[in-house]
Amino acid sequence: MSILKIEGLTKVFGGLTAVSNLNISIPQGRIYGLIGPNGAGKTTVFNMITGIYQPTRGIVEAEGKSLAGLKPNQIAQAGVARTFQNLRLFKKLTALENIIIAGQYNTKYNLVTAVLQNRAFKEEEKRLRQEALQLLDLVGLSEYAEYKASNLPYGHQRRLEIARALALKPKILLLDEPAAGMNPEESLALMGFIRDIKDKFGLTILLIEHHMEIVMGICEHIVVLNFGVEIAHGSPEEIQNNSEVITAYLGEVEKDDAAS
Amino acid sequence: MGYLLGIMTLICCNIIVVIGLSLLTGFTGIFSFGHAAYMAIGAYSAAILTTKLGVPFVLALIVAVMIAALAGRLIGIPTLKLVGDYFAIAMLGLGETVRLLLDNGGKLTGGARGFGNIPGKTAFPIAFVIMVFSVIVMRNIIGSRYGRCFLAIREDELAAECCGIDTYGLKKTSLTISAAFGGLGGALFAHYITYIQPIMFDMAKSTEIAAAVVFGGLGSLSGSIIASIILIGIPEVLRPLYQWRLVFYGLLLVGTIVLRPQGLMGGREFTIQGLKNAAQWVQEKIPGRGKGEKR
Repeated sequence: MSILKIEGLTKVFGGLTAVSNLNISIPQGRIYGLIGPNGAGKTTVFNMITGIYQPTRGIVEAEGKSLAGLKPNQIAQAGVARTFQNLRLFKKLTALENIIIAGQYNTKYNLVTAVLQNRAFKEEEKRLRQEALQLLDLVGLSEYAEYKASNLPYGHQRRLEIARALALKPKILLLDEPAAGMNPEESLALMGFIRDIKDKFGLTILLIEHHMEIVMGICEHIVVLNFGVEIAHGSPEEIQNNSEVITAYLGEVEKDDAAS
Repeated sequence: MGYLLGIMTLICCNIIVVIGLSLLTGFTGIFSFGHAAYMAIGAYSAAILTTKLGVPFVLALIVAVMIAALAGRLIGIPTLKLVGDYFAIAMLGLGETVRLLLDNGGKLTGGARGFGNIPGKTAFPIAFVIMVFSVIVMRNIIGSRYGRCFLAIREDELAAECCGIDTYGLKKTSLTISAAFGGLGGALFAHYITYIQPIMFDMAKSTEIAAAVVFGGLGSLSGSIIASIILIGIPEVLRPLYQWRLVFYGLLLVGTIVLRPQGLMGGREFTIQGLKNAAQWVQEKIPGRGKGEKR
């Protein structure tokens, strides 16, 4: 059974169809890739899954439940977490605070107990802190707990954003270009990291990526978008040899050029 | 002595209002240039309760705070859907609306001539205790998950939303608390000054409150408190200079913007440890003393 199901997903902005009739169905525990040239509509798909955009048509289901009409915060709590293409950390807050904020959605105290600072409040705060520290430890950032997010090295900021998404205890993780701006070595380390967290947290992952070595290296199945339309899907080998995909990425090979 | 106590009472009232706005602007990142409206709502509600209805002072304070909070909540429902500057403009409109309503309130508010004969119940010790209590309440809110949610909204609203935070709901909470503090400060003010007029809560007053928050440093509770003391205290200290004091007041604000745009505290809090660090830093800078000598 598929844990994330997208059927006939369409988004129209005015006269522009950003995504047209997209179908993706991801079984539990898999890593799927969503690729395509710039402006193909990949991030729009993420924005529709996470409730930032309302789809014009089509349905999104997570664990068999429709996400239609839910707000982004409700979807995040329902087990679909995401990261952003251009890092969106809480820059002036510490790494630890970044994690705690995502981890506190089910905190059991209200405004009155927060003001009174009773025992329930203190216990909850302690639990939040410990959970966040554990998570930082798991992603290898524990020594940076008290650093401001904006002061972390770039690669660590990427890692922190993924950790923040994990603090929501998601079933499904959407990664929007996790390797953007990384050099080949960092990308390689990231690949290992993504595999690692997938196993540790029992995640199902859908990722957008331009680094082909990452996509081909960790994705079990790839969907290719171009101008909002799916042009191919299949295993990395099938995609690599698909002529339509090559055309979308590299352009048409003119006969004259080929001859010369 | 009475004069000095009077200034200190006024400062206490102002601190309560300013930390209220500090929560909204400094910690939640929502600018408001109409915050005197909540102060006015608190002041007039409490004044009407004690003067016309004979309600005991403490009860009147509590009711005034609730009315101001309710006003903030109701106003927040439509306006907090506005993004960025538009909310600040809506609050500017609110400030003027409330002032005009009070101007035309007839016998209930006394209109533009003002509302007098309010019992002078706000003695300095009362104002001081309530101020300290307010600061502690605010500190606890900021230290809780609510405070962290407000900060997350300030830093990046979309990311906050995707971290499971109901940003619209929490922005309403922030405005409600902020308005309640404004109301409390206003109610205390009315019972100190014993005579209130709508013009006291005009745009200039709103700007003064917002200036104190920015001057103290956005996201710093202690900064807001220190700024309130300076901004109320300085014009009084400079009183012998007559009209020139406003020049100094202006210079102080412009100087801050130029030399320290992040505000006095720059988002940090005032702590004993921070004071020690600062003292050490000064020592190192003085030649012939401390660690600076070794280099």
